[in-house]
Amino acid sequence: MLPIVLLSILGLVVLFLGFQKSKNLLLPATLLVLAIVLVANFLHWNDTPSLYFKNMLFENKFTMAFSGIVIFSAFLIVALTRGFVDDESAQPAEYYTLMLFSLVGAVMMIGFENLIMLFVGIEILSVSMFILTGSDKKNLRSNEAALKYFLMGAFATGIMLFGMALLYGATGSFNLTAIKGYVMVNNAPSAMLYVGLLMLLIGMLFKVSAAPFHFWTPDVYDGAPTIFTTYMSTIVKTAGFAAIYRLLSGSFSGIYSFWWMTLAVITVLTLLAGNITAVYQTSFKRMMAYSSISHAGYLLLSLTALTNQSQSAIVFYSLAYSIATISAFGVLMLVAKETGVHSYENAERFEAFNGLGKKNPLLAFVLTVSMLSLAGIPLTAGFWGKFFVFSSAADRGLTWMLVIAILMSTVGIYYYFKAIIAAYMREGELGAIKVSPFYRLILIATTIITLVFGLMPDFLKGLV
Amino acid sequence: MLTLSLILIPLIAGIVSLSTKNNSAKQLALAGSIIELGLAIFIFTQFQANASAQFSFSYPWIKSAGILFAGAIDGISLLLVMLTAFLTPLIILSTFRQPYKNASAFYALILFMQSALMGVFTATDAFLFYLFFEAALIPIYFLAAVWGGENRIKVTFKFFVYTIFGSLFMLVALVYLYYQTTGTQGHTSEITAFYKLALDAQKQGWIFWAFFIAFAIKMPVFPFHTWQPDTYTESPTPATMLLAGIMLKMGVYGVIRFILPIVPLGLQTWGTTAIVLSVIGIVYGSIIAIQQRDMKRLIAYSSFAHVGLMSAGVFSQTLSGVQGALIQMLAHGINVVGLFFIVEIIFSRTKTRNIEQLGGITQRTPNLTVYFMILMLGSVALPLTNGFVGEFLLLKGVYESNIWLGAIAGTTIILGAVYMLRLFQKSMFGNKTSFTEHFADLSFSERAVLVPLVVMVFWMGLYPNSFLKLTEPAVSNLLQMIHY
Repeated sequence: MLPIVLLSILGLVVLFLGFQKSKNLLLPATLLVLAIVLVANFLHWNDTPSLYFKNMLFENKFTMAFSGIVIFSAFLIVALTRGFVDDESAQPAEYYTLMLFSLVGAVMMIGFENLIMLFVGIEILSVSMFILTGSDKKNLRSNEAALKYFLMGAFATGIMLFGMALLYGATGSFNLTAIKGYVMVNNAPSAMLYVGLLMLLIGMLFKVSAAPFHFWTPDVYDGAPTIFTTYMSTIVKTAGFAAIYRLLSGSFSGIYSFWWMTLAVITVLTLLAGNITAVYQTSFKRMMAYSSISHAGYLLLSLTALTNQSQSAIVFYSLAYSIATISAFGVLMLVAKETGVHSYENAERFEAFNGLGKKNPLLAFVLTVSMLSLAGIPLTAGFWGKFFVFSSAADRGLTWMLVIAILMSTVGIYYYFKAIIAAYMREGELGAIKVSPFYRLILIATTIITLVFGLMPDFLKGLV
Repeated sequence: MLTLSLILIPLIAGIVSLSTKNNSAKQLALAGSIIELGLAIFIFTQFQANASAQFSFSYPWIKSAGILFAGAIDGISLLLVMLTAFLTPLIILSTFRQPYKNASAFYALILFMQSALMGVFTATDAFLFYLFFEAALIPIYFLAAVWGGENRIKVTFKFFVYTIFGSLFMLVALVYLYYQTTGTQGHTSEITAFYKLALDAQKQGWIFWAFFIAFAIKMPVFPFHTWQPDTYTESPTPATMLLAGIMLKMGVYGVIRFILPIVPLGLQTWGTTAIVLSVIGIVYGSIIAIQQRDMKRLIAYSSFAHVGLMSAGVFSQTLSGVQGALIQMLAHGINVVGLFFIVEIIFSRTKTRNIEQLGGITQRTPNLTVYFMILMLGSVALPLTNGFVGEFLLLKGVYESNIWLGAIAGTTIILGAVYMLRLFQKSMFGNKTSFTEHFADLSFSERAVLVPLVVMVFWMGLYPNSFLKLTEPAVSNLLQMIHY
């Protein structure tokens, strides 16, 4: 549980660094903090799974792998912020601190053993996100997005808390293992348990933007500054899925027959809503929002199957998805800045990438690899992510869902390729974009990771 | 190790030529592909003509799932490996007079394509096969979409989505089969393990369709062909050559490797349907070809008709049908690459592909006429040329399986003669037009492409046994495995 402690303390240090005159110190300091936390996270890798803080938090290879993914993603995203030097009204110290604190919430969500910890974790993460979404104070879109996110999030929290209360009423405990014991012993659990589980699930599915609880996603993703959109679509989602997996496999695998159909319907709805609506988007950023919904669908597919492989499938998928998303948004931020900071509407359309391949071959290549990975084309990590997810579903015999998922991934190719086509096959006036060496390094790193996991998926798959 | 080198040499050559300046990329790519050809010839000479898989390599790849990085060459693979190794240097050579912008990427993509194709034809692990099958699509997509004609974006995108869509069904079938296997350490994805499965007829039925859709789109078989003529026409000629000369063979190869031995019961139920679809393709493709004015489009449709016959032959599950398909894959690859190259030669000099605007080329370049004629006669299956052997065996195979279908498929010879002779007559003979008035003679590099092709036309036509005997043991072994 070192990461939680370190993130809390070092987060405060970064906040106080903000009082210094030199703001240039903040970015390296935050990166250093994240690097330390990342190392600390894996210190206990080979230890036996153990409980912390009076059985409130749990730690094993799965939770460490997931914490590793969110911390690593945060590292990459922070590296892409360039210290917020371009934005005069930015308050970097606060942003960085909020990011670090929100990670505390993410790690709690991943390692919760007690529902109270889950709640606290979700709230820490969400409140940070509400603020960061609205951080572009002078931009109306950003303000609207923050308000929307906050109101919807508050409702979801309410429903989720109600669910937890009902679960407590039914089982007499907030503890995952205790609930599991209750489910195992009681052949006919009370209706309260069922309703409680459903409400808890609804609250959490809202956070990972699964249909039909996804309506906030496009507006919020679109309105938030791109860097925080990246943060939201990777870290919030990853932590959310880890939490749902821990909940379902840890406590409710005994009543699989009760919840699987519900989750199956939600999965199919999510796949359809995400993929089909993404086709109609003219804004790349909005497309990425819908794409993020669709990826929630694939992850849910593996959760619905809940076989022995689901765990490693989810880990792999989350990493592949996060890295590719960071690549894509990284390129978008550069291009959008080049084509016009002041007119967001045009800067984030697919047309913004026109002619990218000619003058900026590296950026075009990074974008292409990330799009191929998100579309699930072989030789990228995304392909194996989909492969493992599909194969866990096949193992459970969910053929009809598999067919829908496959049809939807074909639809996915359509919108991801719009970006590739714009970059390579359309003429544009885009000049050579200046990319700072560090930024370039991060983009190259994400691309290499995507390709390496595309060629050697076992590298990660064998670990968890 | 030799087999692995076949995959690695073009890959490395591709990466190297990607990092060079434009002018040397061309020579580098040619050198790489010639080294590859040398290796393939060495394998050809070392190959023992028996049913066993040779030059195998195998490394654990995804240990947790029992997936191997494994490949080997048997008679069936060898033929396609030779085809790929033989055609690629010629395709690269054919571009020597043509300046392509951003040449280093252009040649690198051709080499990456070759690497993936070698992988497809040698993989002995089903998932590795799938991976290469898909990976081959990415370079060809970019080749066609970046360097292609006016409508390239729309057309090539349709092609890409279409083929990926098909392959995903194959992926489902593979995953399903994978879960049916039992190895020493859980499941295994070796293709030979799939051969041992005995699934019930109903399951084999849907697996048959999952495979069939994937391969039928690739070949293409009617009614999955709609992407093909446009893609062939819009692609730059080297990409068209790759598509028609080698890539469509992945589909036929897949049918031989997967459908025949794995789902014989499915084949029993649906095989005739598949042959009927193929035969429709033959007649339909030929009739449309007769009406084409664009030379490239005409050859595209002729290719669609020819591949229909190959597919019908394979689905007939007879020795002569499968053997014929294999030899025809080789012959068709050679002829179609030659024909597309001649179209490109004519186009580069006259700036038109419309046969109505051409004529009288013979008077300017008798040389070209001779090469064209030999390739054309090979394509219409004149005896003593390469096309004859394959078509004869294929028709024999289809005939053995169903007399009526054999008879209809036989019309391909007549229809083929109609459209090919019309093409030849209108472009080569007659009076010179304003387009062909100043038709320059063949250059050295153009001859260097055409001569090996013509030599192959005669070698295969006069002494087909040198190829047939290589594949026979492997094919009969495969057919023996088809047990109901």
